Amino acid sequence: MRINPRIVDAAAKVGLSGQAFFTVGILIVIVAIICVKGLPYVNMEFIVSSPEDMGRHGGIFSAIIGTGLLAFLSILFATPLGVGTAIFLTEYTKESAFTKMIRFGVESLAGIPSILYGLFGFIFFVIKLGMGWSLLAGVLTMTIMILPTIIRTSEEAIKSVPRNLRIVSYSLSATKWETVTKVVLPAAAPGILTGIMLSVGRAVGETAAVIFTMGSSLRLPTSLMDSGRTMAVHFYILAREGISMEKAYATALVLVFSILFINVIAYYIMNKVTSRYS
Amino acid sequence: MIKKSFTKENFVKWVLTAFALSSLLFLFLIFAFILFEGLPLFLKIGLSKIIAGFKWAPTKGSFGIFPMIVSSFLVTFGALIIGAPMGLSCAIYLSEYSGKRMKMFLKPALELLAGIPSVVYGFLGVIYIVPLVRNYLGGSGFSLLSTSIILGVMILPTIISISFDALTSVPRTYREGSFAMGATKWQTIYRVVIPSAKSGILASFILGMGRAIGETMAVIMIAGNALRIPVSILDPLRTLTGNIALELAYATGDHRLGLFSTGVVLLVIIMILNYIANFGIKRKVIK
Repeated sequence: MRINPRIVDAAAKVGLSGQAFFTVGILIVIVAIICVKGLPYVNMEFIVSSPEDMGRHGGIFSAIIGTGLLAFLSILFATPLGVGTAIFLTEYTKESAFTKMIRFGVESLAGIPSILYGLFGFIFFVIKLGMGWSLLAGVLTMTIMILPTIIRTSEEAIKSVPRNLRIVSYSLSATKWETVTKVVLPAAAPGILTGIMLSVGRAVGETAAVIFTMGSSLRLPTSLMDSGRTMAVHFYILAREGISMEKAYATALVLVFSILFINVIAYYIMNKVTSRYS
Repeated sequence: MIKKSFTKENFVKWVLTAFALSSLLFLFLIFAFILFEGLPLFLKIGLSKIIAGFKWAPTKGSFGIFPMIVSSFLVTFGALIIGAPMGLSCAIYLSEYSGKRMKMFLKPALELLAGIPSVVYGFLGVIYIVPLVRNYLGGSGFSLLSTSIILGVMILPTIISISFDALTSVPRTYREGSFAMGATKWQTIYRVVIPSAKSGILASFILGMGRAIGETMAVIMIAGNALRIPVSILDPLRTLTGNIALELAYATGDHRLGLFSTGVVLLVIIMILNYIANFGIKRKVIK
């Protein structure tokens, strides 16, 4: 029996839209659960006081600082490297075997799962280079991990800068580097910023690579050689060892909202950019 | 004056080349150090005793990771069974049905799913999915099924964004041609758009597999981490990633080397998947 194509068509539309809204529903449910369970325990004191008794009492101040330091320092290292690579790939070479090799490297780095970054950071930075579980080891591991994101988004952003801008700059007798720094990069800045924000989000949410390189010390890191704990690691330990469900939900709330906030800013910037040149 | 700026340009070019090479250097270092630590055990114990061995008792000289390899693939396929149809449906809805405004809301919302940290997925899985499976289907709830469900959701953003790109890159004229023949929208999607975007959609599935097989924190929280091959979807299991994450903090000596051997196997699987997705399939997309 042949079913009327119009009926199939209508059913497909209902099914597909239902699926799309169901998926968005998952996000909403996750955020809602965390809000409902976490909000009662989040207050100013929770944010500004340090954890006590393994996190059973007190707040998550040291974890917030640990997260912030890890994200900030990784970005500090990865941004020049990543943007430099993107400039090299787009402005300084033609497509060749060499750029293909670099692209292969970037794609491969992007595909390596975080636990392998953790394994590498552990053996290389923590043990072979003798850094121990430290902020520095965490930062260097995270730098490599977020590099592909920054390279890709910067490359996209630089490519979307209209050719005319460059031609005008050259016609004013600017050198290549002057054109890049004074014309191309300012025009590509919002797109690059999107990549940076997405990378911050990744660094904030990461656990597997961080726990084996930065360790999980609850004390406030005061030097690069100190171990520290990020919010994600703190949350994992609270939940896994059943230390305190209330504190776990509260930490999850701060963690998830920090990431959502960072990502929303990233998409906002990206939307501004895409509407600019189209 | 001219000479000065010329040398500066050269200097800049050298610095940028060095920056670009850093990615390759990092990749090399990661490979070198994981292989350097992981390979000796393969030579000492024997390749087949590790990848085909059934018993993992690293302190007693048994380093068999065959059950973990099987488990890793099982959860990956489980995730794909759940995530692939869901993700593809979302991508089709976004590219073919939703209006511009709806897209402006839906696309970022779906991408935000990627921002939720894996520990949070794992935690919610333990609190909500595990009891559900335990109460309605039996077993402990820490199972292949629970893990597949959570991983299926976690790979959605990858599948959606890459399939979406593949679908939107199908030329408009293909669709118009199909409509002109009197086909309905669904017939057009099913018979024209999806076949044209086939390779991109396949690439999204394979990259989704790569994410699922590499996922760690969520998996160790929900999978139950038992050291055997699961025979039903309600059995607990331990993946390659889980094995590393569970034991790395306290392992020493040969035990630690065994974890690096686990890492070598994982690295090889991941590189094969990425190679297929990036070079084996995508090439056909670019016409």
